[in-house]
Amino acid sequence: MRILLVSLGVAAATAGCQREERQLRVDPPVAAALDSITLMPNGISGAPPEIYFALDRPYETNAYNLSQGKRLYSWFGCKGCHADGQGGAGPAFLDGWWNYGPEIVSIFASIRDGRPHGMPAFRDKMTTEQIWQLAGYVQTIGAYSIKTAAPGRNDEKQTRPAENRGPAAKRFDEGPTPIHLDQGPVP
Amino acid sequence: MRTRATRGVLLALLPSSVLAGCTGWQSAFDAQGASAISIKQLMVLMVVICSVVWALVIAVLIRALWRGREQVERSIGPDPVIERRTARVVVAAVTATVIVLAVFTVVSFFTTRALTLAGHDDLTIKVRGQQWWWGLEYLGPTPDERFETANEIHIPVGRNVRLQLEGIDVIHSLWVPGLAGKQDLIPGRRNELTLRAERPGAYRGQCSEFCGLQHAHMALLVIAEQQETFDQWMRSQRERATDPSDAEIAAGQQVFLSRPCAACHAIRGTSATGTNGPDLTHVGGRRYIAAGLLETTRGSLAAWISDPQTLKPGNNMPMVALSADELRSVSAYLASLK
Amino acid sequence: MSEVKPDTRDSELAPPALAAALAETWRTPVGLWGVLAAVDHKIIARRYIVTAFAFLALGGVLALLMRLQLAQPEARVLSPDRYNQIFTMHGTNMMFLFAVPVMEAMGVYLVPLMVGTRNIAFPRLNAFSYWIFLAGGALLWIAFVLDMAPDVGWFAYVPLSGPQYGAGKRADIWAQMITFTEIAALAVAVEIVVTVLKQRAPGMSLDRIPLFVWSMLVTSFVVIMAMPAIVFASTSLILDRLVGTHFFNPAEGGDVLLWQHLFWFFGHPEVYIIFLPAVGMVSAIIETFARRPVFGYLAMVMALIATSILAFGLWVHHMFVTGLPRLGQSFFTASSMSIAIPAGVQVFCWLATLWDGAPVFRTPLLFVIGFIVTFVIGGLTGVMVASVPFDTQVHDTYFVVAHFHYVLIGGAVFPLLGGIYYWFPKITGRMMSETLGKCSFWLIFVGFNLTFFPMHILGLAGMPRRIYTYQPDMPWYGLNMFVSISSLVLVAGFLVFFIDAIRSTRVGVSAAENPWDAPTLEWATASPPPSYNFAEIPVVNGLSPLWDQPGCLMVASGLRTDRRELIVSTVAAAKPQVREASPRDSIWPFWAAVATTVMLIGSIFTPWAVVWGSVPVAIALIGWFWPKATPEDES
Repeated sequence: MRILLVSLGVAAATAGCQREERQLRVDPPVAAALDSITLMPNGISGAPPEIYFALDRPYETNAYNLSQGKRLYSWFGCKGCHADGQGGAGPAFLDGWWNYGPEIVSIFASIRDGRPHGMPAFRDKMTTEQIWQLAGYVQTIGAYSIKTAAPGRNDEKQTRPAENRGPAAKRFDEGPTPIHLDQGPVP
Repeated sequence: MRTRATRGVLLALLPSSVLAGCTGWQSAFDAQGASAISIKQLMVLMVVICSVVWALVIAVLIRALWRGREQVERSIGPDPVIERRTARVVVAAVTATVIVLAVFTVVSFFTTRALTLAGHDDLTIKVRGQQWWWGLEYLGPTPDERFETANEIHIPVGRNVRLQLEGIDVIHSLWVPGLAGKQDLIPGRRNELTLRAERPGAYRGQCSEFCGLQHAHMALLVIAEQQETFDQWMRSQRERATDPSDAEIAAGQQVFLSRPCAACHAIRGTSATGTNGPDLTHVGGRRYIAAGLLETTRGSLAAWISDPQTLKPGNNMPMVALSADELRSVSAYLASLK
Repeated sequence: MSEVKPDTRDSELAPPALAAALAETWRTPVGLWGVLAAVDHKIIARRYIVTAFAFLALGGVLALLMRLQLAQPEARVLSPDRYNQIFTMHGTNMMFLFAVPVMEAMGVYLVPLMVGTRNIAFPRLNAFSYWIFLAGGALLWIAFVLDMAPDVGWFAYVPLSGPQYGAGKRADIWAQMITFTEIAALAVAVEIVVTVLKQRAPGMSLDRIPLFVWSMLVTSFVVIMAMPAIVFASTSLILDRLVGTHFFNPAEGGDVLLWQHLFWFFGHPEVYIIFLPAVGMVSAIIETFARRPVFGYLAMVMALIATSILAFGLWVHHMFVTGLPRLGQSFFTASSMSIAIPAGVQVFCWLATLWDGAPVFRTPLLFVIGFIVTFVIGGLTGVMVASVPFDTQVHDTYFVVAHFHYVLIGGAVFPLLGGIYYWFPKITGRMMSETLGKCSFWLIFVGFNLTFFPMHILGLAGMPRRIYTYQPDMPWYGLNMFVSISSLVLVAGFLVFFIDAIRSTRVGVSAAENPWDAPTLEWATASPPPSYNFAEIPVVNGLSPLWDQPGCLMVASGLRTDRRELIVSTVAAAKPQVREASPRDSIWPFWAAVATTVMLIGSIFTPWAVVWGSVPVAIALIGWFWPKATPEDES
């Protein structure tokens, strides 16, 4: 019983530390290392650098990074094409369908290097850390299950439920039979 | 021996630091604006009266404790005659309290009424409080006369200036103690504050509503100057940025425009039109960078650009990886933007 | 009056047999079961007081960390993130986990003794409130250890604490911690109101209630009326953050200022929730040590009631710089100033008591003298900040920090420490050391003033609150260093106090029933009091029963000794009405608290926790209230 409690406490402690810690400054060598992802030849999926795992996937699990990503989403004009996730000139995120796969490394690559049909490269507009933060946030928009670290609603007109309500899950349920479990239904 | 020395140091420290605390360019003691001056008069009045009240209470307390020392026996039943006399004294004291409070209320009311209020034809500046700097927009009668700047408000001496206060993200509060009391900048609301400097000078102000990680480093400067100087400043601010005058500066401009800088900052006259960070068109002409953090020099610009998260942890300026040459030239470029 | 079965009455037993019978009926079982199931108000209150003082010590450590960081410009002892957590924790901890609970706990301990009854009303609710309070405090401090403590200030202004800018679960933890402490405070308030109004000893009509009991009664009413505002505020904040409601979103018709109105509608009365019990302690101590009844009993009671009413009419003075209409602000200037009138009445009455009394300079009285000296300063600076123009210069500066520490430490902690020295012999049966007491008083008094007085000047010199550092070119360095050094003196004083308190529980001189020759009923029983408080319920026929009838208190008899019974009396005249059964020990309050804790903490993470979490809560409540075939009241 006591061992159970202690291990629960330790688990909660480590989970809490990662989720809530605020890493305000990324050392330049770390930032440089974070930039070197390996991508599959078709540009879909790949592997983040090892340091990303050494840091314990900070851009997917850390609440502060995710909320920074949310700020960057509006600061860097993502809404112009993707709206609040509903899409427009660019693809939607809310439908749970990822053109280049749902892994954060694909999203990172899409933002950094751009994609055909109009997605510009942000390599010269954002730092590596910012791109990771933004990628982590974009992933939560189309998440199939709710992340507790995901940000809440914005103080503005609401066009959809907040990220921590997991809106994509709903869309996912409504869609046709998924052909690829990792990638959600065919739109 | 050591305790005596420590005490001596402490005793010496107190008065000197009290004196030091009274002056300064961000102090309600050093009132140079119309509002601040009349508020200071009210403050002096209230502090003096309250000090007298406190001294009276303490005198009565000491006397009461002193005169009870001789008595040893517990008083069995209070003497009704003495009780009645005491009651009269207490009632008188309460009446005096009521009178003092009434005077304070009335004086405070009239001080509020007397505070100057700018009208619609006065110079109007839109102030946007955001994490963690001040965006400024000078409004003019025509769109050409509008211009953007940040963190440094210039105002003409002896004239009312109307500040329109807007909170962009969270609540901030604009406080320039030397000129006027504070006023909050609240998202979804618009407040106004009137500044009127009676003497030329530089007055420091600071955000005084807790606004997050860098609340401590969200200062601004109000520079009150004579009308002609002010007009000249306005004219120069409306200008676009000067073109690079030498090769290093030109290289710096190139760095600025090709690296992430231009995504967040605007420099009028170039392709940089970002609005997330302060407008840098005339950044070299401002006295401070990063909302009062560092004096503007080439060196401080380079330091700031190379590691903003160490100087002001948590602020929204990212650390952009630049080579030494890039850093040198871009700081030269920014310093040249007078 | 017909009895179903024969029972034992106290009038039938000789004193030793009576004491034995009562002790058997009222005893709290030993062991873990006894710890978890106890409902004796003295046991619960002791836990409350000890826990609250532990939180005081922790909050003091936080204050020291802040002073360490602020001693020098641009110091890097703490990161801004950690500093923001620390000052938020300090404020939240001191207000919600120390000041309010400790004041209520003093009431929980003393009120039943002072009104001459055997247990507090709703003793199981009392037990429940302690467990909930403990869980709330643990939640906050565990979060702090995990680096996820709230960092939005103890006032948690939106939008900074809202969904967009308050990343992570930090603000949720703050809001839910509020819910915990509010539940605990409301429960205690209800108990005290009922105890005071319905369980007073025969003859203790309204005009014979000790002033401390009056102050607890008035405080409890303030709690009951003020807390719902903050419960609503914190709940709507969680809803905004967790399920995306729009209470505070201007774009969707919400209002940012709504938060401030709700918060301060609670937050200002909160100050009086802390201050009014302290006022009661001052009256009790002055009465005993000036050795005469407090001058102007009626005026004192009226001042308490007036304060409690006015307390609800001045919350806007926390919002003078938010741009509200000027005329409205002037109204709140007037109301804020006017609360100084009842405060003045009380101070003048105490001075009159001391003037006509024969003061004995023991430690409790010293703390009360320190209270008058510092509280008057805090009150006068309060009058200053009530003025709108004055406030626009000092709002959110160190002037205000100085002001409210003068009011809260000077006005509440000094009387509390005096109260601890005063009632310590009653609670533990041992006296605290007079030498250490005087030593700690002087250290605290001098250290406090050296620490906080310079902050007035810092504020006027332009230093805002809640900044984690300041730049070297600001002229605040010397004073900040001075303040930081002085705070060590203050800490030394508290250390002496803690050492004295801990030491005295073991080696203090044994205390008699009434070591101070005090006039109120709690001193009419043994020190510490037996589990049943009074072997025979006293009958009161004056304001100072132990002075009026020295050595021979009249008693009422007729209560059963084979089950827990106490006298319920009429509200105004305290004429005995019925004999009421008092609940026995029960484990259910503990389980109910555990279930509530699980539900509330779960609701930080998912709204479904409220749905599924309510099931164990319901089970626990059913167990708690399972009907037992015992008659409740008998007239």
